[in-house]
Amino acid sequence: MTEHLPVLQVVIPLMAAPICALLWRARLAWGFAVLVSWATFAISILLLRRVMAEELISYAIGGWEPPWGIEYRLDLVNAFVLLIVAGVGAVVSTYALLSVEDEVPRRQIPLFYAAFLLCLAGLLGITITGDLFNVFVFLEISSLSAYSLVAMGRDRRALTAAFRYLVMGSIGATFIVIGIGFLYAMTGTLNMADLAVRLPAVETARTVPVAFGFLAVGISLKIALFPLHLWLPNAYAYAPSAVTAFLAATATKVAVYVLLRVFFTVFGASYSFDTVQLDYVLMPLALIAILTMSLVAIFQDNIKRMLAYSSLAQVGYMTLGISLGTATGVTAGILHLFNHALMKSALFLALGCVVYRIGTVHLRQMAGLGREMPWTIAAFTLGGLSLIGVPLTVGFISKWYLIVAVLEIGWWPVALLIVISSLMAVIYIWRVVEAAYFLPSPEGRGAIREAPLSLLIPTWALVLANIYFGVDATLTAGVAGRAAAVLLGMGS
Amino acid sequence: MTGELLINLALLIPIVGAVLIVATGRHPNVREGVTLLTSGALLVTVLALTRLVIGGARPESTLVELVPGLDLQLTLEPLGMLFALVAALLWPLNSMYSIGYMRGNDEGHQTRFYVCFAVAIASVMGIAFSGNLLTLFVFYEALTISTYPLVTHHGGEKSMKAGRVYLGILISTSIGLLLLAIGWTWVAAGTLDFVPGGILAGRVEGPALALLLALYVFGIGKAAVMPVHRWLPAAMVAPTPVSALLHAVAVVKAGVFTVVKVVVYIFGLDLLVAETATHWLLYAAGFTVIAASVAALRIGTQRGNLKRLLAYSTIGQLSYVVLAAAILAPLSAVGAAFHIIAHAFGKITLFFAAGSIYTAAHKTEINQLDGIGRSMPWTMGAFAVGTLSMIGLPPSGGFVSKWFMMMGAFQTGQMVAVGILIVSTLLNAAYFVPIVYIAFFREPAEHGGHDDHGHHEPAHGEAPLPIVIATVVTATLSVLLFFFPDVPFTLAEQMLDGVTGGAP
Repeated sequence: MTEHLPVLQVVIPLMAAPICALLWRARLAWGFAVLVSWATFAISILLLRRVMAEELISYAIGGWEPPWGIEYRLDLVNAFVLLIVAGVGAVVSTYALLSVEDEVPRRQIPLFYAAFLLCLAGLLGITITGDLFNVFVFLEISSLSAYSLVAMGRDRRALTAAFRYLVMGSIGATFIVIGIGFLYAMTGTLNMADLAVRLPAVETARTVPVAFGFLAVGISLKIALFPLHLWLPNAYAYAPSAVTAFLAATATKVAVYVLLRVFFTVFGASYSFDTVQLDYVLMPLALIAILTMSLVAIFQDNIKRMLAYSSLAQVGYMTLGISLGTATGVTAGILHLFNHALMKSALFLALGCVVYRIGTVHLRQMAGLGREMPWTIAAFTLGGLSLIGVPLTVGFISKWYLIVAVLEIGWWPVALLIVISSLMAVIYIWRVVEAAYFLPSPEGRGAIREAPLSLLIPTWALVLANIYFGVDATLTAGVAGRAAAVLLGMGS
Repeated sequence: MTGELLINLALLIPIVGAVLIVATGRHPNVREGVTLLTSGALLVTVLALTRLVIGGARPESTLVELVPGLDLQLTLEPLGMLFALVAALLWPLNSMYSIGYMRGNDEGHQTRFYVCFAVAIASVMGIAFSGNLLTLFVFYEALTISTYPLVTHHGGEKSMKAGRVYLGILISTSIGLLLLAIGWTWVAAGTLDFVPGGILAGRVEGPALALLLALYVFGIGKAAVMPVHRWLPAAMVAPTPVSALLHAVAVVKAGVFTVVKVVVYIFGLDLLVAETATHWLLYAAGFTVIAASVAALRIGTQRGNLKRLLAYSTIGQLSYVVLAAAILAPLSAVGAAFHIIAHAFGKITLFFAAGSIYTAAHKTEINQLDGIGRSMPWTMGAFAVGTLSMIGLPPSGGFVSKWFMMMGAFQTGQMVAVGILIVSTLLNAAYFVPIVYIAFFREPAEHGGHDDHGHHEPAHGEAPLPIVIATVVTATLSVLLFFFPDVPFTLAEQMLDGVTGGAP
């Protein structure tokens, strides 16, 4: 049984999705989805533990040996990402019950959970597979279900947002599949490990850099790296709250993982950084994203949109760390992947509580909410402190690694830009905190009660995780450090 | 072993106190009992630790490994002991005062107030005991965050704006500059531990070292070296007990303590003496001393807000400590350490008096104080004693520390520092003496200054008893420090032993 865990990780949610669609009662569908997502989470924990002991797990689908068959290949990098995706999936699905009933039409709810599980399966599939074409397949599964999830938002603008997401996402996927096609044409293989062995022999052919370019653009679009980010803010702002929390914490993270995998494992760090000099493209874009997106966030009055822009800046942090190409830099990138998933999901879930009670997350409508929904706003404040990077939260750990990574190679101005962007985070988070605690409630808003426990408990679970992994980061930073060593070929 | 236990207890007691305060929030009398008991227990613990440290022990405790290779580490050394002692000694008094003040003025959200206060004290203990820079930074930020709700206690637009300045300056300097400086130190030296004699010798030099020092000094916004001082006057919107213990003692002393600690244990006196590029610090601190005194004098001559005047006085007094450290002479370093405690006793007395006046007579401006000494003799008597310490006259602790600073400056021939000390002393006298004068020797005004509604104000006497007792006790402590300076001395000298003995 345990040797089949890698495939079960994906198959369980994949198979559960159609069953979920057939369930006729909304709550039944929810219960089933919760069960499945927690089972998935449990599997991801078991897998990470196994990988920490064994370094590498290779699983041949259907018994077809790689490189002929499809291989699921787990090392510390993707085992860690699996844990993030499955963990957030489990917490968010638990949270979803009331929030989704409130925001999604009742008869669509079973379909909602089906799409949710499909999306989860797709993201897990991208992460676990060792086959490049398989990445594309799962990418489409997760993306298509994500488009439909976004479209289920209550606001009618959700439809245009989803359509835009669909168009941009499809362009990205097309670029990726073209890139994969070129690589296949050159090497005759789709297995990543096999590709890594065969590519150096043909890397002087012009097709390989072209494939590299296509992949770089396609993946950057999926990451929502500036300037390919335009699909993201509206998709996050108008999607149902639970969907926003889930996608913000997982979808872009998995895309960052694909970036790591393709450029470090398939092409190899020396090719990506020394020959093609990817860092010369990635780093400026990352820095622009960090600064401009934080700046734009300051001027948003829709708080979900504000956090969406903040996510774009945070994606910049991850990309920046990765683009340094050093052990500490890549560690910082991977660590922030985990940490950012924790802080953003906590923040978006807190906003979900606000939506549940007052139906909007407009800054003006949130005035005075700190008195009426103390637990919700406290959760938002703590999540915000984590985003700013205050010590004893995960945000600080990320920031520390990133700053040390930059200073290590003596890039002063970059370190300065990082802290400036943190200070911008203070501004946009504190706008909300001040409004909620100091301003009088807007006229005409009736008495508001605190959000129900079924929403508060998952939110606070994530908030406490923010603090726990901020106080004791030896596990996360240790795993991230080892994962970076694997990617850079220094470890195993 | 007992040392480790005590150190952990000192951190834990205020936190447990905070939890208990929340639990008993519905019963004010029990809640205040918890506050008093907690502060008493902390004092006993810290006194026990002081005995250990004076006996030569240096207990330490590792709390948790924050990231691989960097621990949250507590290590006790004499300077930190001195700082912790000041805070622990004044917390019970301040709690007693708070009870009188908060009840006397019918303040709201009292549970939140006492909880945040206890958490702030726990952060102060963490700062005082921190064994490396990262630990210090963690508790430093915790102190900023936990005092924010205290500063904005009254709520509303005015508090919001003041809170914005407070948090804005303290967070932006600490994340923007201090964190960078710590990161740089880590990359350059490979360690963040506080080591007698410093860790930077031979690793950073020349102009880079001067820049690093600037990142530290201005990054430690709590030390209020100009131009990062604006948060302190802003913080005065808080209830007076907050201004008294936190913004005259704990928070600001955490700032100068951090500066002294960085100068002595990260840079090392020898390195700073050798690197002339770093000597700008003396002038920056000197400028702050003079400029803050002038600002206070202006408030005094316009007879403006009393707490605001005290805030500017604090800014000046803080930079005495930085100045004393920047003189880089052993004697002045003793003066710096001593001034941390001397100024604490003096300034808390002044704030207590200001709060006492507010509680009894609802007066906040200096021009309302004519003849107030007649109806509030105890309060204003204590105030007069507090001013002695600020000016640096005997018999007060302030005289002792100023004496040592002067001696250090003479010893190393730094006449600029001597000049700054003399001028600022005159300025301090110029704005404090008139307040004492009008309080005792002017006729009381017929009406209140601003709230003139055409009818006589109700007569008022002294403030509630807890307030008066606390005020008189701190004033007495300030005088006792002049006659019995042994404990702070021993600690300051022990700090120096480590520094000059362990230099590489």
